[in-house]
Amino acid sequence: MIANNPLLQVKNLRVEFPTRRGTLVAVDDVSLHINPGEVLGVVGESGAGKSMTGAAIIGLLEPPGRIANGEIWLDGRRIDQLPYDEMRKIRGREIGAIFQDPLTSLNPLYTVGYQLTETIQTHLPMSERQARARAVELLQEVGIPAAEERIDHYPHQFSGGMRQRVVIALALCAEPKLIIADEPTTALDVSIQAQIISLLKRLCHEHGTAVMLVTHDMGVIAETADRVAVMYAGRIAEIGPVQDVVKRAKHPYTHGLMGSIPTIGHHVDALMQIEGSMPRLTEIPTGCAFNPRCPKRFDRCSAVRPELMPAELSEVACWLFDQAKTEVAVGE
Amino acid sequence: MAEITSGELRHRRGFLGGLYRAMDSDIAYSFRKSPITVTATIVTIFIIVCSVFAPLVAPHNPFDVASIDLMDGELPPSWDVEGDPRFLLGTDNLGRDILSTIIYGSRISLLVGFASVALAMGLGIVLGLISGYLGGAVDAFIMRVAEIQLSLPTILVAFLLVGIIRGYLPPDQHHQVAIPVLILAIGLSNWVQFARTVRGSTLVERNKEYVLAARVIGLKPFVIMIRHVLPNVMGPVLVIATIGLATAILTEATLSFLGVGAPPTEPSLGVLINVGQNYLFSGLWWITIFPGIALAVLVLAVNLLGDWLRDALNPKLR
Amino acid sequence: MIAFVIRRLGQSMLVMFFVALTAFGMFQYIGDPVNQMVAEDATEQEVELLREKLGLNDPPVIQFFHFAVKAAQGDFGFSYQHKRPVADMISESMPATIELATTSAIFALLVGVPLGVYTGLRRYGFASKMVMTISLIGISLPTFLIGILFIYLFAVILGWLPSFGRGDVVHIGTWSTGFLTVTGIKAIILPAITLGLFQMTLILRLVRSEMLEVLRTDYIKFARARGLNNRAVHFGHALKNTLVPVITITGLQLGSLIAFAIITETVFQWPGMGRQFLQAIQEVDIPFMSAYLVLIAFFFVIINLVVDLLYYVVDPRLRIDRTKVAGHG
Repeated sequence: MIANNPLLQVKNLRVEFPTRRGTLVAVDDVSLHINPGEVLGVVGESGAGKSMTGAAIIGLLEPPGRIANGEIWLDGRRIDQLPYDEMRKIRGREIGAIFQDPLTSLNPLYTVGYQLTETIQTHLPMSERQARARAVELLQEVGIPAAEERIDHYPHQFSGGMRQRVVIALALCAEPKLIIADEPTTALDVSIQAQIISLLKRLCHEHGTAVMLVTHDMGVIAETADRVAVMYAGRIAEIGPVQDVVKRAKHPYTHGLMGSIPTIGHHVDALMQIEGSMPRLTEIPTGCAFNPRCPKRFDRCSAVRPELMPAELSEVACWLFDQAKTEVAVGE
Repeated sequence: MAEITSGELRHRRGFLGGLYRAMDSDIAYSFRKSPITVTATIVTIFIIVCSVFAPLVAPHNPFDVASIDLMDGELPPSWDVEGDPRFLLGTDNLGRDILSTIIYGSRISLLVGFASVALAMGLGIVLGLISGYLGGAVDAFIMRVAEIQLSLPTILVAFLLVGIIRGYLPPDQHHQVAIPVLILAIGLSNWVQFARTVRGSTLVERNKEYVLAARVIGLKPFVIMIRHVLPNVMGPVLVIATIGLATAILTEATLSFLGVGAPPTEPSLGVLINVGQNYLFSGLWWITIFPGIALAVLVLAVNLLGDWLRDALNPKLR
Repeated sequence: MIAFVIRRLGQSMLVMFFVALTAFGMFQYIGDPVNQMVAEDATEQEVELLREKLGLNDPPVIQFFHFAVKAAQGDFGFSYQHKRPVADMISESMPATIELATTSAIFALLVGVPLGVYTGLRRYGFASKMVMTISLIGISLPTFLIGILFIYLFAVILGWLPSFGRGDVVHIGTWSTGFLTVTGIKAIILPAITLGLFQMTLILRLVRSEMLEVLRTDYIKFARARGLNNRAVHFGHALKNTLVPVITITGLQLGSLIAFAIITETVFQWPGMGRQFLQAIQEVDIPFMSAYLVLIAFFFVIINLVVDLLYYVVDPRLRIDRTKVAGHG
């Protein structure tokens, strides 16, 4: 499952926030990898640690948050301990980012063209004119009509969906190898979401860019991702090819997530509901973080924390799949 | 049973639990952790207590004509060679003890400060609530007046009000009403900030569904506003009030220094500084400097408190 | 755009109208102008004649109209105490105040803005903390106290700078300037710094807090995520966004400088309008008070107007061109 040359490799990442009530662990021993050109979905509830993982990878953790442990490797080079200036050169050029709210992602006082050419010229050796031509091309690629004219418009003159297209153009303009997309469609109208997602998918496919797609929307993952990681309370619960995780969910949490999504044509009396809620990050239970809410828990679950273990095509952090045990059939 | 841990104490019912929760809250924590703020609060409370209990605290009564001896005049502070241990900080030209005049003087400064802020706050809150809740012509009118008043600097408004009221009254009455005039002038010049903040909050709350529901039930709008809007807005109002207090004290000192504030019979710190100015250049520095220090310390302490309050109540900074 | 300008002009005129009304009201109801102006032994008839001549028996609306017309031409009548046209008194003292206020404003801006930016960018540094502490003291000390201390230190003890007055002035037309003489320049230093100190600390704290806010926005985060270097992020993006709202408040502060000049002029015996105004309050000289009121309001209104227009030029969001409709998603 791990290709020989993953583009991004995260090993045992741990992100901590010192607070006055003790240290808050936002990301707890997370390991994952992304292959060149593939889309890895990272899904989970709010507060599960998905955005923090992305922020840590691109080196934009807000203090007092810090990487307490672990390694991040990009294309064979270790990046988590680089000084600010080295990391800066990587940002935009090798790793790009897209954030949730297109309204606030763009500086309202500069034209779209200025923000594009500025970024292009920071990373690529181009003259002003060349950069501008490239900017127009990019705008056309993301589907902005009349790009020649609109390049001199200000962000407030674009609608929400258009702005996010501009944001995508900005993220791609220096041809990065990886894009971290943090909830790119959450702030958009439902009718626009599909368009933006398919645009993102198409462009990344054409440019060969890998994507780490962070979202809480399972439907988007199912449509777009190649592989998916399910996060819970700062840990990865399950990670594997998207079809495997969606259709044959193994971790009881993933199972609950899938079951709570209504599907047309599939009649149920009641949507599945997971009892309780995700624990606060300062009060994570011992053992498996999900165990108080898990319908299938047994003694070991509240005692020892499960590592990711292989289960068919995926990996699951659940004692039910411990190969040392003899039986245990996954129900329903 | 195991000893009570702090975690359990939090959840206890009753007074003890409530007290612990309050002291353990984010605000109280931020307070305890900032030594500057704690010092500032202590200083402020100290000054307030001293002024309230002035007759008990001050070694002399500077306004008791019988106790003043001109021969005691112009004495330097007690640590100076020519000083007199009876008068810790020296005396002024008339023989009044500087320390005592400072204590009595800060009384006036604080009185005017608190009263004018209370006036501004009361007026501002009421007008803000009315304006925000009723909307329409009433709102437009009140806001127009606010805008017009805001188009002039507040100190100028205070000046003008003092001037106008003085113009109305015959000169011999000026001194008697000087303090209430000050309170009125400074208070009236500062209500706008309160009104705007409260109005903003009222507008936000007014459209919420529970207000509609309350109206359907038949609750009087007045009750609704008091019970629901006010608690939400008290935070920012408190910050404005604290900083407003510092400004009010400064404004009063300024007006008094310039001779249009507190009268010489009931001098505030500003008056004292003015009186001392003439003697500064002939070497009697203590008459001006000590009241000056007292004023600066008071305002600084209040400002620090206001600064901390603003940071503590600002959700974005947490 | 035109609609915006017209609306603002209309607002300004409304403000001036109300100010004029207040000034007029002061004239009408406070004190008796006639009694102030006639000799002690004037007869009833003479007093009545004077009243008639001054138009004091006309209905109030007519009186207001006359008042407004004359005010617009700069005629505010005669000062009660000084027996001179108020307009003359003001034109003599106005240059002094304007020069003082402008110098203070330049000082406040030149020191306040860079310091604000610096303490915003280097928030946790020692120098920043020092600056912030000093600024807190700056807004806690009343202007007059600062003035007194400056005089004591620089004039009395050190003897470097004069303790009062304006120095030698050069008259150019109706204007008198102190900038062209050495004594004039020396004389303006202490008052200007005293007057400007309070504003300077306000500007500093404002710029700093705006800067901190801006540095936390999504677009700054996105700018960093695109790999822009620190200079571009801090000075290209953050600074520009910081200064836009700062413009408004700074403009208003500068207007209040003219009002605060009252204090500084008194402490330094600077021969400006502010000092005259204070005298007018003490002497209940209504014509001067009302003239000052109208003049200050006028300055304020003009400054507000300029600031609003400036805002319009600087912030593209206010320039929505209704012919270009935003495209569809």
